[in-house]
Amino acid sequence: MDERLTRKLRILADAAKYDASCASSGAPKRSAGRGGIGSTNRIGICHSYTPDGRCVSLLKILLTNYCLFDCAYCINRRSSNVERARFSVQEVVDITIAFYKRNYIEGLFLSSGIIRSPDYTMEQLVLVAKSLRQQHGYRGYIHLKTIPEASPWLVEQAGLWADRLSVNLELPTDEGLKSFAPEKQAGTIKAAMGQMRERIEEAEAERRSFSPAGQSTQLIVGADGASDADMLRTTANLYDRYALRRVYFSAFSPIPDSTSRLPAKAPPLQRENRLYQADWLLRHYEFGVEEIASATEGGMLDLEVDPKLAWALKNRARFPVDVNKADREMLLRVPGLGARAVDKIVRARRHTTLRLDDLKRLSGALKRSLPFLIAADHHPGGSTDRADLRARLVQPAAKQLALF
Amino acid sequence: MREIALQPGADLAGFRQAVRGLVADGIPPEQIEWTVAEPSLFGAEPAGDARSDAPPLRLPRPVAELVEEVVPHRDPERYALLYDVIWRVTHGRRGLLEIASDPVVHRLELMRKSVRRDIHKMHAYVRFRQIETAPGEPERYAAWFEPDYFILQAATPFFVERFRAMRWRIVTPIGTAEWDGVTLRFGPSGSRADVPSGDAFEAGWTGYYESTFNPARANPKLMQQHMAKKYWRNMPEAATISNLVRSASSRVERMLEEGPTVPTKRMPEGALAAMLEQAPASLAELNAIIRSSGPLVPGATQAVVGEGPEHADIIFVGEQPGDEEDIQGRPFVGPAGRLLDRAMAEAGIDRKDVYLTNAVKHFKFEQRGKRRIHAKPTAGEVSHYRWWLMRELELIEPKLVVALGGTAVLALTGKQVPITRARGPAKLLEDFPGYITVHPSYLLRLPDEDAKRTAYTAFVDDMRRIRDMGRAARSRVAAE
Ligand code: SF4
Repeated sequence: MDERLTRKLRILADAAKYDASCASSGAPKRSAGRGGIGSTNRIGICHSYTPDGRCVSLLKILLTNYCLFDCAYCINRRSSNVERARFSVQEVVDITIAFYKRNYIEGLFLSSGIIRSPDYTMEQLVLVAKSLRQQHGYRGYIHLKTIPEASPWLVEQAGLWADRLSVNLELPTDEGLKSFAPEKQAGTIKAAMGQMRERIEEAEAERRSFSPAGQSTQLIVGADGASDADMLRTTANLYDRYALRRVYFSAFSPIPDSTSRLPAKAPPLQRENRLYQADWLLRHYEFGVEEIASATEGGMLDLEVDPKLAWALKNRARFPVDVNKADREMLLRVPGLGARAVDKIVRARRHTTLRLDDLKRLSGALKRSLPFLIAADHHPGGSTDRADLRARLVQPAAKQLALF
Repeated sequence: MREIALQPGADLAGFRQAVRGLVADGIPPEQIEWTVAEPSLFGAEPAGDARSDAPPLRLPRPVAELVEEVVPHRDPERYALLYDVIWRVTHGRRGLLEIASDPVVHRLELMRKSVRRDIHKMHAYVRFRQIETAPGEPERYAAWFEPDYFILQAATPFFVERFRAMRWRIVTPIGTAEWDGVTLRFGPSGSRADVPSGDAFEAGWTGYYESTFNPARANPKLMQQHMAKKYWRNMPEAATISNLVRSASSRVERMLEEGPTVPTKRMPEGALAAMLEQAPASLAELNAIIRSSGPLVPGATQAVVGEGPEHADIIFVGEQPGDEEDIQGRPFVGPAGRLLDRAMAEAGIDRKDVYLTNAVKHFKFEQRGKRRIHAKPTAGEVSHYRWWLMRELELIEPKLVVALGGTAVLALTGKQVPITRARGPAKLLEDFPGYITVHPSYLLRLPDEDAKRTAYTAFVDDMRRIRDMGRAARSRVAAE
């Protein structure tokens, strides 16, 4: 790889790194055909981790960081002074294949600033995906960013070649978008999501391949005044209306060359983490968004305890729960018990009566659960209702960053 | 006491054979001593004093899987623990694995988890380096990797599925896997020196790695939970980690101190305005777009776009191109097209005056022997192509839109309508008067001659009404 290309790669990776909507790279299982390379698995692989603890799975780059738009939160907005660069379609294809063959990456995540016109830009993105598939018989993962302002037919072409399409809503409220992203419109973005949902569902019904790994989006945390409850309501709405696979949260992070309109401070990582936990409760723990919202203070999630524990502390009358008798839904609500541990409990108790020693082998975070559950040799007694319960359960700060 | 000596490494075959004999002889776990033979002292010996004539043992699927996945572990007790589970499962506790809280099951599950993790990490962290080959020869790659357990056999099929077209070798301290494009072979262990010491893309990859890191989120502990230090020495990008961690906080401080910059006053009004005019401005532009797009269902030779004058009074919308259309790249040139030509001529419509197009622009077919049999487009496919059809209508601004058959009606209205009932003038779209009739291929499919003749006469009648409606609409416009 020559100097010039490496330089471009640095600029265009730097420009893409604030987009977290590509965290997953799983797709229906597929393997390389004769004469080709590339496979996908249900769960994508992280080929490396950067010192921020984040997974490096895809080659995440922009085609170009020139942009006609002026979104305040974005390093690539037209009024920023960053160094600009542009890849040719062939360059992106070549780097992707070279990296893939060395097992550095799981695939490509390609986005772009908007140059010339949304259609032109989208066409270039589609062209990259198409040449990877057609010229190289490449069957690895491809995630393309949809430019919502592009014509529908282009979005549809993109879905033929990509595993996943995504368009970032970025700001959860229409007002936020209006003031920080003047050229963008919530309506256009949502129309694009709606179109993608329709096509994805039709293709599934007709057993064709169209964006088989679905669509996702990203919301920026802490750039505008939206509360956690706002974020979560938007999130639940997106899952519901557009059948998104995932909503990703990205703590607004200081960028070089920032605008005075946005906070210049450390990214609210803890808040981001709590939002992810709440999102998890929505998707896998049968929580309703208003239940989570009811356990917030002024719409903000508790930063010291996870949202499930926060909910349990406000609903103590529903505890303690007997692990040998309670149904699955209620076990899922016990702080510290993950879905996997719950499944193990449900299976094991068919054969045996569970005691604390057994539970220790089934769950990694039992300490947090003790005040909320009953086992054959354990009853929390009055401790469920102790006034200082929350204080006793606050985790040491160092642990708080781990996602569960 | 029975002593069972297994081969070093993951001796699945030896363990299986031993277990068969032991269960057949009714030997309980506490009477067995499991040992591992010194590496290749006597070559591949049968496992200890296990018998080789014992009948095969039927184990529940989950138990067999557990055995396969745990055997590659290094824990010297793994065979004894597995036998303990097998013994209990074959003696009245078939559901034993469901009790994840059982101490032995729990330990084995932990082992399985670490073996899986090891395999997963191998898939993730192997780094291939290209081996120089003569021009024209297939590319070759090699990697050095140090797994924790005996997972080479279990982990390498993944690389075959992924890198089928490449020739590669993965060298490890527990053996070598080699793929020549056809067969995966296992050989003796090797050393780091067996693979090239660098690769032309490592600098670029490291540059990417550095750039994709956001110093404002530095969290090296979290990184190490996922990517333990032991892997770093075989990952080119890891050389830069300490530097990235060291400089992170000062980089962030600088960003915060520098604060907002004076924005470049870029008000590219011209460009922004031009950007909004991205829709194709002429049929030629639209057709160029259609031609350059891929078919929804692979197979078609080319896109077949509409044909006729740019501002025709009447537009005929068919279903999709057929075999001959696909080859010639023109609409309505096959048998159905010829029939349409004939009917139009009899009704006094000149084909050159009207615009002919299809709801779907690519031929879809099933291959039967040498013949390509037309396959009906699905509703989803029709709506995919709808956007283009609507642009065609907007650009042509016809006085009358004729839907030939059900697919055309679906494309124009979004609804399925029975043609026989809806036939005749119809409201297809807000802006244009419409007319529904059958698709000419329907006439070709009718089984007997009488029915064909009647249907053809009715079709020509339709064409006459269409001709008249087109004329009337034109004179109306002229009068306005
Ligand atoms: S459109 Fe907005 S968010 Fe996208 S690159 Fe341009 S400025 Fe950034």
